Amino acid sequence: MIRLEGVKKAFGSQQVLDDVNFHVPAGHSLVIMGPSGSGKSVILKHIIGLLQADAGRVLVMDKDVGTLDRDGLAQLRRRMGYLFQHSALINWLSVFDNLALPLRETTNMSHAEIRERVMHVLELVQMTAAEAKLPAEISGGMQKRVGLARALVTEPNIILYDEPEAGLDPEMSSSVSHTMRRLKEEHGMTSVTVTHSVSCALTVADTLAVFEHGHFLISGPPTEVLNSDLPRVREFLGAQLD
Amino acid sequence: MNIIQKAGALLLAPPVVDAGYTMHLGLAALARLRHLPRRWRSLLDQMHLCGVKSMHVVLFVNFFIGMILALQLGFELSRYGQQEAVGFAVAVAMMREMAPMMTAVVLAASVASAMAAELGTMRVQEEVTALEVMSIDIYSYLVVPRMLALTLIAPMLTLLGAVVGILGGGLIAYSQLGLDFSGYLRNSLDSLTDTSFLGLPRSVYAGLIKSMIFGFVISVIGCANGLRAEHGASGVGNSTRAAVRNSIIMIIVLNFFLGKIIYQ
Repeated sequence: MIRLEGVKKAFGSQQVLDDVNFHVPAGHSLVIMGPSGSGKSVILKHIIGLLQADAGRVLVMDKDVGTLDRDGLAQLRRRMGYLFQHSALINWLSVFDNLALPLRETTNMSHAEIRERVMHVLELVQMTAAEAKLPAEISGGMQKRVGLARALVTEPNIILYDEPEAGLDPEMSSSVSHTMRRLKEEHGMTSVTVTHSVSCALTVADTLAVFEHGHFLISGPPTEVLNSDLPRVREFLGAQLD
Repeated sequence: MNIIQKAGALLLAPPVVDAGYTMHLGLAALARLRHLPRRWRSLLDQMHLCGVKSMHVVLFVNFFIGMILALQLGFELSRYGQQEAVGFAVAVAMMREMAPMMTAVVLAASVASAMAAELGTMRVQEEVTALEVMSIDIYSYLVVPRMLALTLIAPMLTLLGAVVGILGGGLIAYSQLGLDFSGYLRNSLDSLTDTSFLGLPRSVYAGLIKSMIFGFVISVIGCANGLRAEHGASGVGNSTRAAVRNSIIMIIVLNFFLGKIIYQ
């Protein structure tokens, strides 16, 4: 479903992605961990077409993201959801309108259908009581859950999570991780998650990968990666577990 | 890269890239005017923000501009015994030049800066990226309502500003120059009855056309600077400052060329 083949990306003289390869089959969950600033989010931005690779190919649902025109990219993005690190809710729209926005703008759904869909995803993240509130009137954790609901409202095949636990307390972080797990199990959603949280990774991942210096140090089932003998992987994950 | 290339890249490239993006944004917004039926609510909101919330400043500034013109022109004209002509001079100056330009400057300072700050904050907080990820056309959703609102509101504010400026001039003509107020007004109206187009005197439609173009340019510059903001709060500050500075420069330059085209 998602395949990166020999992807390279540099910003100035800094090589952020250096021959990155991976494959995420349909219904599978890949979690990428790594130090801050190592380029994990850059991978997500290549998958959604916000950045273009300098070399290599990014294939999403058998489409080469780098060669798609504006309309093709828009069509592909409609089948993908993206949870931003800081939620990125539109500040002047209510919670309800934030969720309704992509449906109003990109579908022909009626008002009633939009309302039904929005309330359904708000229920999923337990935020129905906040539907009339503005983003500034709810807490960071609630904003994150609304951001998750917005990523889900178009019923995407793929969802990309950029540090879903960032800024959340442990209880809320666990709640978001379990919601992500449930989405995968109940809806067969394919996902790529960038996180610093080992507990989030263990809850969500089918495959766990550690990324540093432009390439993956290791990838595999979470237990295998956690028990790795590679010194750098042990060092990084050990620090996270501590 | 030799020193000339480095100097060019450092000094010329940024303004050329900015100008190119601003022109692209203006054309992209014009090409999306057909989306207007979906944007009417947002258009009305923007017209309220641009028009109603700026009106008191526009009127206040133009009232004083009219008084300044009447005072200075009145003193000079009275040396030749022509102070009765002050109504003529103030009305023509207000309608053709001062009201369109001063209104545009006020709008640049209040509205272009607000647009740049708002869109710039959205850009650095990834809200604009979120719209792009959701396949929402940011030119249509964010730029078209702002651009059209200011293009429509600017001539309305200019007309009101000119009227208030002429009345301000009348106050000075009456209180400082000893002229009859009704005579001043008659004199002012007589000055605005030159060659007409669609029932409007040339001085009036020239001022309105200019202000409409100023409104378009200010809004596009404000949006373009906001959408190109980067590097957090300081980046938003830079984009806001650039929006006001570039708007005012463009108003002054365009004012000269539009005046030349219309009156030559």
